[in-house]
Amino acid sequence: MVSFKLNGRQVSLDVPGTTPLLWAIRDVAGLTGTKYGCGAGLCGACTVHIDGVALRSCQTTVSEVANKAVTTIEGLSKDSSHPLQKAWVDLQVPQCGYCQSGQIMKAAELLAKNKAPSREEIVTHMDGNICRCGTYHKIIAAIQTAAKGA
Amino acid sequence: MTKMLDTSAAPTLSRRSLLAGLGGMTFCIAMGDGTQLVNEAQAAPTAAKQINAWIRIAPDGIITIYSAGTEMGQGTKTTLPMIATEEMDADWSKVRIEMAPPEREIYGYIFMGQRDMAIVGSRATQLYFNDMRMAGAQVRRVLINNAAKMWKVEPASLRTEASFVINPATGAKLSYGEIAAKGEVPKELPVIKPEELKPRKDWRLIGTGVPRRDIPEKVNGSAQFGIDVKLPGMVYATAVHHQTGTPISWNDDEIRKMPGVLATVALPNGVAIVGKTYPQVIAARGNIKVQWNKGQAGGFDSDQALEDYAKVIRDPNADITNLAKKGDAGKAFSDAAEVFKAEFRSDYGYHAQMEPLNAVVRVAKDGKSAEVWEGTQAPDATRDEVAKALGLEPQKVTVNQCYMGGGFGRRSLGDYAAECALIAKEIGKPVKLVWTREEDITNGMFRPQSFQSLEAAQDDTGRVTGWRHSVVGDGGVLLHTGIQIPYYDVPNQQIERRGVSHGIRVKHWRAVGHVFNVFAIESMVDEMALASNMDPIEFRLKNMAATPKARRCFETVAQMCDWKAARPEGRALGLSISERSGSLGAGVVEISLDKKSGKIKVHKVWLAVDGGIIVTPQAAKANLESAIIYGLSGILHEQISIKDGVVEQSNFHDYNVMRMSDLPEVMEVKLIDTDTRPTGLGEVGNPFIAAAIANAFYRLTNKRLRHLPFTEERVLEVLKA
Repeated sequence: MVSFKLNGRQVSLDVPGTTPLLWAIRDVAGLTGTKYGCGAGLCGACTVHIDGVALRSCQTTVSEVANKAVTTIEGLSKDSSHPLQKAWVDLQVPQCGYCQSGQIMKAAELLAKNKAPSREEIVTHMDGNICRCGTYHKIIAAIQTAAKGA
Repeated sequence: MTKMLDTSAAPTLSRRSLLAGLGGMTFCIAMGDGTQLVNEAQAAPTAAKQINAWIRIAPDGIITIYSAGTEMGQGTKTTLPMIATEEMDADWSKVRIEMAPPEREIYGYIFMGQRDMAIVGSRATQLYFNDMRMAGAQVRRVLINNAAKMWKVEPASLRTEASFVINPATGAKLSYGEIAAKGEVPKELPVIKPEELKPRKDWRLIGTGVPRRDIPEKVNGSAQFGIDVKLPGMVYATAVHHQTGTPISWNDDEIRKMPGVLATVALPNGVAIVGKTYPQVIAARGNIKVQWNKGQAGGFDSDQALEDYAKVIRDPNADITNLAKKGDAGKAFSDAAEVFKAEFRSDYGYHAQMEPLNAVVRVAKDGKSAEVWEGTQAPDATRDEVAKALGLEPQKVTVNQCYMGGGFGRRSLGDYAAECALIAKEIGKPVKLVWTREEDITNGMFRPQSFQSLEAAQDDTGRVTGWRHSVVGDGGVLLHTGIQIPYYDVPNQQIERRGVSHGIRVKHWRAVGHVFNVFAIESMVDEMALASNMDPIEFRLKNMAATPKARRCFETVAQMCDWKAARPEGRALGLSISERSGSLGAGVVEISLDKKSGKIKVHKVWLAVDGGIIVTPQAAKANLESAIIYGLSGILHEQISIKDGVVEQSNFHDYNVMRMSDLPEVMEVKLIDTDTRPTGLGEVGNPFIAAAIANAFYRLTNKRLRHLPFTEERVLEVLKA
């Protein structure tokens, strides 16, 4: 049994401590917004926040998050009202949408510490997150839009 | 009273609630031949025999429209119902969208004389445009006729607006919901003449910025992809495969003893591991050791095979398929003042859709029916393949369509859903099958590798009079998409494919053959332009006799990029053009080169596209930009190599897809305003890019890139040569 805070609520999951957080979140806690893309920390589709830091949940075991606070895309806001989510809708960023939870979570980490990131800072921060539909330019624009409105 | 057409001739409906007992109106539209042109089209819809529910209006005014545009991010789930809504003159905010069931005889478009639902080849908007317009117009006419009857006035005296029928003479209004509650749908739907369709100037939705309906759920994690489905009692599976082999034996005892493992299942070309949790089956997969009967591709070496293709070009006994014969190519070459020859190569490419392939299947306890959850480009193919795997009639298989985390041509066969069905049948429990990323790559179905030989003949005026193009490879039609040059007028042509067979799995891949064929064609044209000392656009217009449509694309892109303007030191422009799915696009890139590392940096991309009438401009543009990125990624980074029958790449560390840092600083796309039918826009942004970069590269280095992809290693070799 591993206990941690998931989107503000205390949870105790009955899984081996070595279970990747990704699968515990998706298959046990039932929050499927966090995606499996590579299972090797190479694509960023599984990005979540652990105590406010964006990390790859496929490379993090549940025992590593014991007593910590995990935030997934479902917990970023109650009603898609985070400035990034609003900008993502306004600029029609997603195409297939599969990588976008990870993109938004990664971007949220940036905006939390840098209120007005430059294009270069955005690219450096986001470079580990693959979008196969090629929405990169829209992601940059949406982060800039959210930064202005935040 | 339920008002509907006789549906007795129609196959079983998977959504009966649409039809029965709810009141309101259900419209059963006979779909016409979607391949007709808009301008001619408008000939009355062909009398298709199938009828079914496409559109339903409830008494509360809510309109439900089926979309047959499977959604992989291109926006057609929204686009197709929007087209019908435009003609209905309905309130878009009252429209709900559901995915059409996999009944291809009812919901399929007609392509090459057959009904099909596969959303491939940029087909959705172009092939459903006329049908959806006609359907909407018929519904509107029925609503007007009903209102006219209620008011006892002439239908022609009434008008419609945003889900209301209005009588201008009295100011009276009836909502579509009110009419649906009391009115009737006639047995025979009214025939709409083409000239009665809403004229373009009156469009309120088509051509405007209607947002995609799938986007809100894609920013908060609620969009349901196939991989997200969970059923009560469901178990998890993953698998290992061999490209062409069959499993002989494996360390079954050891695997079955691993934590959580419930079973292993022999598959036609692999072994599945079933367990209680997904991490447990992945762990077991890491330990499985399979003895394979390796089959045809057992010792396959992709580099060696590509070298062998060069011999096939000279082999008189090769398996040749003639693709185009025009004029007298032999004479054009013997009479030529100048002859050009060149060869090009291209490696295998992988789709790398972000969601690894997966499906969920539940087989009924009695084995007589099954249900599938999958993100698929072809729900009809999924139904058929699952039915075949289970020995059932297709009607006994229900397909629940989920969003796709990318398709790009890979998700149109139903193959992994059928595999999941076999496992579910054997295990007797609902199964979620998820291929690991490693499996997705090593057991991929690839854009085929190819070898190209081109020859062109110029007469003494410089006009290109002869053209020979031969493509060698394994993959049939996949090899020769994009090999024709209808945007040029070359009087004597001989175009052929030379087939070989390796057994390596190949598949459509976002414009597939265009990628290497257009690379070869437009590189060759550029070589001739340079040799003629002509501007590349001038050469294409004069010496290649580019069509008026191509001229418009070239002139537009020239204006966009200020073609003749000087570029900064170390930068150069390259130009190319390609046709795909009826659309034509001319593009220019501006690149620089790091001669030490061999890295090509693409700074700017401009693309001018004639795609006919643009139905959803925002999504159209997004598709083109997406294709540019996909194209850039494919030709700069992506490479599949196969040794001893095994794919050498296994994940995103060695199959490199483009990341944000390689994004061009400028990416401008312009849709040329035309009044012709909508054509496909999902892929035309991709194929031009290879030759554009190779042509720019030549201007920087005086060297030709002749082998895709242009990896840094390969660029360095070219620079040294």
